[in-house]
Amino acid sequence: MTYIKKPAVRHPGLEKNALGLTLRDYEGSMSTLCAGCGHDSITAAIIRACHALSIAPHTVAKLSGIGCSSKTPTYFLGGAHGFNSAHGRMPAIATGAGAANRRLLLLGVSGDGDSLSIGLGQMAHAIRRNLRMTYILENNGVYGLTKGQFSASTDLGSKSRRGDPNVVPPIDPVLLALSIGATFVARSFSGDKDQLVPILEAALCHDGLAFVDVISPCVTFNDHEGSTKSYAYVRKHGLPVVHADFVPPADPITLEQEPGTTQIVPLHGGARVRLTKVAQDYDPRDRVRAFAFVQEHLARGEIVTGLLFLDESRPSMHEVMGTVETPLVELPYESLCPGAAALDAITEQWR
Amino acid sequence: MPDVTPPTLAPRTNDLAVKLANVNGTGSASANALLMQAIFRMGIPVAGKNLFPSNIQGLPTWYEIRVNANGHLARAPAFDVVVAMNPETYARDARELRPGGYLLYDSTWPAPEALRRPDVHLLGVPLAAMCREAFAGDRERILMKNIAYAGVLVALLDIELPVVEQLLDEKYARKAALRDSNRRALHMGLEYARAHLPCPLPVRLARMDANRDAVLVDGNTAAALGAIYAGATVAAWYPITPATSLMDAFAAFCKRFRTDPDGRKRYAFLQAEDELAAIGMVIGASWAGARAFTATAGPGISLMSELVGLAYYAEIPAVIVDVQRVGPSTGMPTRTQQADILACAYASHGDTKHILLFPAHPGECFEMMVQAFDLADTFQTPVFMLSDLDVGMNDWVCPRFRWDDAYRPRRGRILGKTELDALPRFFRYSPADENEVAARTLPGVDARGAFFTRGSGHDEFGAYTEDPVAYTKVMERLARKHRAARKHVPTPVVELDPTGPSPLGLVTVGSCDAACREALAMLRERGVRADYMRIRAFPFTDEVEAFLEAHPRNVLVEQNRDGQLRRLLLDETAVGRDRIVSVLEYGGYPLTAQQVLAGVERVL
Repeated sequence: MTYIKKPAVRHPGLEKNALGLTLRDYEGSMSTLCAGCGHDSITAAIIRACHALSIAPHTVAKLSGIGCSSKTPTYFLGGAHGFNSAHGRMPAIATGAGAANRRLLLLGVSGDGDSLSIGLGQMAHAIRRNLRMTYILENNGVYGLTKGQFSASTDLGSKSRRGDPNVVPPIDPVLLALSIGATFVARSFSGDKDQLVPILEAALCHDGLAFVDVISPCVTFNDHEGSTKSYAYVRKHGLPVVHADFVPPADPITLEQEPGTTQIVPLHGGARVRLTKVAQDYDPRDRVRAFAFVQEHLARGEIVTGLLFLDESRPSMHEVMGTVETPLVELPYESLCPGAAALDAITEQWR
Repeated sequence: MPDVTPPTLAPRTNDLAVKLANVNGTGSASANALLMQAIFRMGIPVAGKNLFPSNIQGLPTWYEIRVNANGHLARAPAFDVVVAMNPETYARDARELRPGGYLLYDSTWPAPEALRRPDVHLLGVPLAAMCREAFAGDRERILMKNIAYAGVLVALLDIELPVVEQLLDEKYARKAALRDSNRRALHMGLEYARAHLPCPLPVRLARMDANRDAVLVDGNTAAALGAIYAGATVAAWYPITPATSLMDAFAAFCKRFRTDPDGRKRYAFLQAEDELAAIGMVIGASWAGARAFTATAGPGISLMSELVGLAYYAEIPAVIVDVQRVGPSTGMPTRTQQADILACAYASHGDTKHILLFPAHPGECFEMMVQAFDLADTFQTPVFMLSDLDVGMNDWVCPRFRWDDAYRPRRGRILGKTELDALPRFFRYSPADENEVAARTLPGVDARGAFFTRGSGHDEFGAYTEDPVAYTKVMERLARKHRAARKHVPTPVVELDPTGPSPLGLVTVGSCDAACREALAMLRERGVRADYMRIRAFPFTDEVEAFLEAHPRNVLVEQNRDGQLRRLLLDETAVGRDRIVSVLEYGGYPLTAQQVLAGVERVL
């Protein structure tokens, strides 16, 4: 259901995916964010990734909390159920929805206030559970809707629009995710579509929680000189260390593999991701070294980007819980109720 | 102390109360449960109240057993026999005996002054000495002391020995060594008592046939079973006393009834990081189409209130069991109260109003759990079942549960593909039916059913709005929806005075039932006529209002300081303030009939 209607006209030349759907079929209503907002670029990348993967929109559940980022699910996948929940509570709602229907493709969108302050606990525990979902943190280092307060991801010394420096150390979501057992950790930049789209494709095919931190400049409150989340700063200090190529299930791997430089990692459902090291001393399969690398470069003011860590071996939430393959919502009542005879047997034990 | 002979209790059969005073963590629970079950199996009405501390080991703990042939099973006001196993509480335990009562203590050590009361009989049994001789190892000696005092009580009260032995055989069917030590300890106590004590006492037991169709169970186990029978598949919670045993029981039932031969589970059991997340998971699962619930206590209700408002406004079913304990704040976690009524009725900021169910005993916990899911689905809204620690954690005798295999969950209005085919266009919140409920769709089914669930302002079609008229329209419908639910919630239990019309109404809720009924009988014995009503749900049904209007004076008994149910009645019905006076007992122990009686006499 859309709020602002877009024209229904489709250009006949638009590319169709395996479902016969064009990019337009993956759009939602018009964005009401500020012109130039990084979040809109992420929305566009989500649309591209879902279209490229030929995901049927209705199989997706898009969820969010509260904040500018959390408004964006209205702007993509109009054919998917959406849930704009409460501030910082998206992970729990997603966990419940995923528990009830394991076939739902969960796509959570959150921000740095939503995930690193009010919802830090829920984000951390969703990561621990390794719920199968794509968790996008649209990270602009500022509270936009309440007009420019520092967030928990604002770097030390980063300046507000009025010029005041932040004096409280930040929480780095990538380091946090790595330290609590995340199985898929990526960092990207809303201005780098070429990097972000394949990461999102891989994330959507990950059998576990795929955590994607996307630096997404706030053009209104945090895109000025002295901010470490501005377009200019991120362009200058971004350091891509791994390039991810998404390889759909049907496609043969044609790209050249260089030993020690590229790795092919199989994902859920037959897709694969081809990881190419840009920085030779980086290994996206080694949690400890990845953590140290990101931290060392952070200390130098460099923002390490790419699909930074991937571990497909750890079981996802439903595997850990040992749930049946059939989504719980599809189980017939007859298979859930033990019936009158069983009740007699139970109550006999209470006599 | 002058040597006086204590009075002798007048002989009474199947009308007595025993208090067992123990140290927490010493294994007394199994001995106390053994006694309860044995009396139950002798066909005698019996109730047990566990007054335990918020502690794992070392603090005082009490277990009270009341036997009453007439079925009056509220907490006993005074005791005929006290088993004093905790030197720390000797003095106060001795005080709880009625004159002529019997005080059983461990005579391994000389009786201290604290135990001496000229008007009670002191019965010494060298329990520790006997166990030291008979058993090896400190732990076993401590544990078996409990079974030994159970043996003493078997002799003193005329509990049938074969019944007790049978219970031990059943309990330790696969642990022969344990069974043998339990039997030995039991006989040790029994034989000592028969040789040295005046067995049986004037207050004693004799087989009856009152429990032929009854069970002995606690409300939390019953509620968990209700959730199983309702078809709940997702349970999310955060550990909290006194709700923990409900979730433990649910997990155990799931293991038994919801596990496939290959070990795969037909349920999801989620221990959340806090109550904020627990209710979030329930709402997420319900939104996706599962029957989902959580169980908590007051502190959890405070945290859950945030998302309860979301579920109310976005119209998502959720079932929340509040096993009430003493508040405010942490309060007294192991004591009972009914002080979350208003917090649940209007949980969350903004204008909200919820459906509440009030079970009075385990049988209702089972039934109301199923009703809670039907109501939550039908009205697409959170439903609270407000049990309490007394109902939830104590063992109650109640009629055996029944189940109709023809039952099918009332899932409310949910549109699938076929229904969507017939619709030109789907809107989430319109059109509404006679219950003011519109159809919903589930994610993952069909793009034509896609909609955006939001806790922000929305119009009757579900679209974002900041328009006063559009916003108000939805809020008005939600108010009407809550009102419509009054035709669907459980009606009150009403019992009119058999001797004719009465100007006095005795009104109560939940676990106060037993004490109020007993007080009613006492009032009638004194020639006071009174009608009785136990309220079972909010919104209040028409019967509730009619009863209150029919009685110039209604005495409302509830377990909280501020008369919360009274305030809810005054707010939500047209009944005048003067018609309802409160009797409030809220110190944390289960209610006694004497408290009710004293309260009624105070206000009349």
